[in-house]
Amino acid sequence: MNNKRHFTSKFFRAIALFTLFFILALNNAKAIDTLKDAKTTVSDTAKAGIKAEKEEDISATILHHIGDSHEWHFWGEGENKVAIPLPVILYTKNGFVTFLSNKHDADQHGDSIFTVKGQSMVNFEGKYYYPSATKYADGSYVKVDENNIPINDKPLDVSITKNVLALFISVALLLIIFLNIAATYKKRTGKAPKGMQSALEPFILFVRDDIAIPQLGHKYAKYMPYLLTVFFFVWINNLLGLIPIFPGGTNLTGNIAITCMLALCTFFITTFSGNKSYWKHIFNTPGVPWWLKFPVPLMPLVEFIGIFTKPIALMIRLFANITAGHILILSLISLIIILKSVYVSAFAIPFVLFISLIELLVGFLQAFIFTILSALFIGMAIEEHHAEEHH
Amino acid sequence: MTGSIAGIGAGLAAIGAGIGIGQIGGKAMEGMARQPEAANKIQTAMLIAAAFVEAVALFAVVVAFLTK
Repeated sequence: MNNKRHFTSKFFRAIALFTLFFILALNNAKAIDTLKDAKTTVSDTAKAGIKAEKEEDISATILHHIGDSHEWHFWGEGENKVAIPLPVILYTKNGFVTFLSNKHDADQHGDSIFTVKGQSMVNFEGKYYYPSATKYADGSYVKVDENNIPINDKPLDVSITKNVLALFISVALLLIIFLNIAATYKKRTGKAPKGMQSALEPFILFVRDDIAIPQLGHKYAKYMPYLLTVFFFVWINNLLGLIPIFPGGTNLTGNIAITCMLALCTFFITTFSGNKSYWKHIFNTPGVPWWLKFPVPLMPLVEFIGIFTKPIALMIRLFANITAGHILILSLISLIIILKSVYVSAFAIPFVLFISLIELLVGFLQAFIFTILSALFIGMAIEEHHAEEHH
Repeated sequence: MTGSIAGIGAGLAAIGAGIGIGQIGGKAMEGMARQPEAANKIQTAMLIAAAFVEAVALFAVVVAFLTK
């Protein structure tokens, strides 16, 4: 019996390992595929004798990969492009208009005007603008400033973009998993965990015992729903970002808007659950010499700014970590293209594999850090100061 | 040109963060070796401190991106 169990656990471990390597191999295959496309454009520009544009092209490809878009791109460029078109929802001067992104998407250079609901628009580098009256020297109807940033007016864009769809998918996934687990917990109170519940109970207990209780003390139960949500949301999206095929491959937690919303949640919970002593420590810090508070309120000012810098740091940390990871993987593969030698892949591909494994760790670590810092900030806000001696 | 200067700045910040995280990791190791029973607590505290230090380097990276 014991022997059999040992065998199955080994078997599953082997399967898990193989799946992991399969996913990572796919990841590399896809990235190479897209970089091949970059290569064709690179050789075109090389023919034209423009060397600087090559590096521009590769960094543009990388930035395109980590950015948001109106379509879910798989592979190929131009005619051979395989992508899921996503609905575009714009609030124009004539009200809301909706269309699929491939309907008016012949090119993205801003040189073909289309009309929807009596409102003419152009698509310039994946974004929709109102066209200027005249055509500019580069053939587009969009005026750009010296940094190549368009200055035309644009409609309010509330489209279901790639990131929004990825958000829907991950939220659906979270709801399926955790509604299932919640139902099992209700049904099996006091019994041993079963199925999906036993797979994720260690993580739920980890959040409770290693994050919530040490930081929040006996009042932890009130904040557990938020901490669990934030932990699993960040973690699942970090992991989905590492999967190259359809439901994954987006850079959702590397999107500043998403991390901004998460940080805002922490900010509001911290601010609204702050007790009297928390605010006293901010505006009238005990144990600080009086000349730091009066005539110039230096200390209160610093403490007040600290309320905002903490969530901002939270936001930038997650954003920069995940974005840097994605850029790192893509840049290492780009080395093959930049150095124009297939032998570089002997170094680049194992290194990408290694970095991908590190990214698995970073994905978990960042979810942990985001959650523990949220708990820490909330803990600072609800802490009771019984005695004054520890100042 | 501004891009490469921003890159140098990000590199300098990475040196600072590297020293910082090295110190944190080294001291945490020392602490754990002295008191193995407190290893869990030390590890958590180490990760939090490392996150704060690392954030500085990441700020530099973001600034480097913005100025590019």
